[in-house]
Amino acid sequence: MRGLSLGYVIRRVGMFFFTIWASATVMFFIPRLAPGDPVSAMVTRLTSQAGRVEGSAALITAWRQRFGLDDPLLVQYLRYLRGMLTFDFGYSLAQFPTEVGAMVGRAMPWTIGLLLISTVLTFLAGTLIGALMAWRRTPRLLRWFLPVSLTFTAIPFYILGIVLVYVFVFALGLFPVSGGYRNDLTPGFDFAFINSVIQHGTLPAMSIVLASMGFWALGMRGMMVTVAGEDYLTLARAKGLRPLDVLFRYEVRNAILPQVTALVLGLGGIVGGTVLVEYLFGYPGMGALLYQGITNSDFTVIQGIVFILILTTVTAVLIVDLIYPLLDPRITYERR
Amino acid sequence: MSERSERSRRGRPILDVRDLRVHYSTPHGDVIAVNGVSFSVAEGETLGLVGESGSGKSTVAMGVLRLTSPPGRVVGGSVSVKGEDILAMPEAALRRRRWRELALVPQGSMNSLNPVLRVRDQIRDVIETHEGKQPRRRLKERVLRLLDLVNLPARVYDLYPHELSGGMKQRICIAMAIALEPSLIIADEPTSALDVVVQRTVAQTLLTVKAELGSSMVLIGHDMALQAQLVDRIAVMYAGNIVEIGPVRDLFRHPHHPYTRHLIASIPSIRERKPLVVKDLRRPDPRTPRPTPALSEVSTGHFAAIPEAGDEGVVISHA
Repeated sequence: MRGLSLGYVIRRVGMFFFTIWASATVMFFIPRLAPGDPVSAMVTRLTSQAGRVEGSAALITAWRQRFGLDDPLLVQYLRYLRGMLTFDFGYSLAQFPTEVGAMVGRAMPWTIGLLLISTVLTFLAGTLIGALMAWRRTPRLLRWFLPVSLTFTAIPFYILGIVLVYVFVFALGLFPVSGGYRNDLTPGFDFAFINSVIQHGTLPAMSIVLASMGFWALGMRGMMVTVAGEDYLTLARAKGLRPLDVLFRYEVRNAILPQVTALVLGLGGIVGGTVLVEYLFGYPGMGALLYQGITNSDFTVIQGIVFILILTTVTAVLIVDLIYPLLDPRITYERR
Repeated sequence: MSERSERSRRGRPILDVRDLRVHYSTPHGDVIAVNGVSFSVAEGETLGLVGESGSGKSTVAMGVLRLTSPPGRVVGGSVSVKGEDILAMPEAALRRRRWRELALVPQGSMNSLNPVLRVRDQIRDVIETHEGKQPRRRLKERVLRLLDLVNLPARVYDLYPHELSGGMKQRICIAMAIALEPSLIIADEPTSALDVVVQRTVAQTLLTVKAELGSSMVLIGHDMALQAQLVDRIAVMYAGNIVEIGPVRDLFRHPHHPYTRHLIASIPSIRERKPLVVKDLRRPDPRTPRPTPALSEVSTGHFAAIPEAGDEGVVISHA
């Protein structure tokens, strides 16, 4: 492929695995440096909830054994690494018999569906608005209107979410208030279910898009302004190219490069979910799961989610690095 | 004024600029960058436009191409190419005439090519925009022929601008400029960013292809020595005005305006070491409206402005 050498790809992929290993290791040791252990913490919590737990000392010993917390640290570490590599994150501490993998597996599609669509929409809308804000042929009316569309960005999206819920749910009654789909439907690939998913997803997606497209727009506008001063634009106009050709093949094509990097990195981070939006709309995604894990001190759940987040983020960075020579021919990893 | 007699003497002018005025708006009022410039270029003729930085040469070029961008604006005058007023034309009509009628070889070759498009695509887009879609093979042949015409190897066809040297990039710009065989080429300091040897070869290339096409050309620059070899007529700009215009030999032998003498005197010579110190020139305040200097014919086809009192102070001190 253009701009890539085999040596670079091998080194880059090696770096990829090293990063994952290093962050997984940090994630293993940091909690274990802290005093106390999750089992005692959990039993203490149970005690405080129930008032008294029969034979709590025996329970702690039994569970410590069950989770292998009495084994030497190295053994635990190797077991942990094997678990991470096979995506076996063990049991949830708070909801004991449930496996973390299953919980994540249930939450993941919701988050990916919601955030993939809203992130891409945000990128497209924001980038287009930013490009039009800077384009000199933008009609005057639009030029006045565009910045107004960005005022939503000044509002934090949980507040925007509340406003949206008020307007569209309570005042207009257009959308359901919370959840991922109607409870009386069984998930499946049929019209009723998909329709319900779309209905439930619209408001969370809208709050994300409205609240964050401003950042994309401002970034794009800034780059467009920089590009607008370039000589190649003057030459493109002198050549008598069609205005839209000049806009897309010359201005946008050059201005969009940093945006694409940000998009890919942003997509890498979406599996973490958006805690606030999912919490607000009662959306059954990763953000809600993470929130739940944190409030319940559910270490294994947090560990599982963070590991997946690391994995996708590092993958996104790898992808950015590998596709960049295609986007910008000036970047090359070949030795010359 | 006797400009008219000059026009009738030559054939129908390809380019006729009358009283072009370009201002740049600033917070402290308009800067008058081009203060009523008139000249014409006949068929096949090369006109040199010289002057110091800031004298308005490039602003004239952009005005002629109707590419003046804010804060600049054309406040008056007309630019006719083959008798049609460029400045009054609807934009769409002008866009279709661009490059077929008037092409640009830009200044600062380093940034004039789009960094993310291959050379072939940047030459192809101008051909396809004006002549419509064409079979890939014919288009490639045509682009390769253009590259050959400017002495570039065929391999640059597939390269990106950053993979080329400055001189090669400038040749690409020339190849692009001649792609549609325009009636008029405006070359805005096409060789300024290049070293002397490359300057000569690029300038030579420009002249050769121009002669081959029979195009007219406006060659903007400040290198008097280079101009002396390349152009038929030369126009000297000073502070937004043409102060002297005439056939190149005549103008070099009998410079009338003090600034012209100054420019000619500044050509370096190996026989004599000239002092680098130049006495301060009296420059008008760029924001104060000033009359366009009247040109009078000092010899056939050679016009010069009558120096104002104080202009005579423009001398190079030979210490």
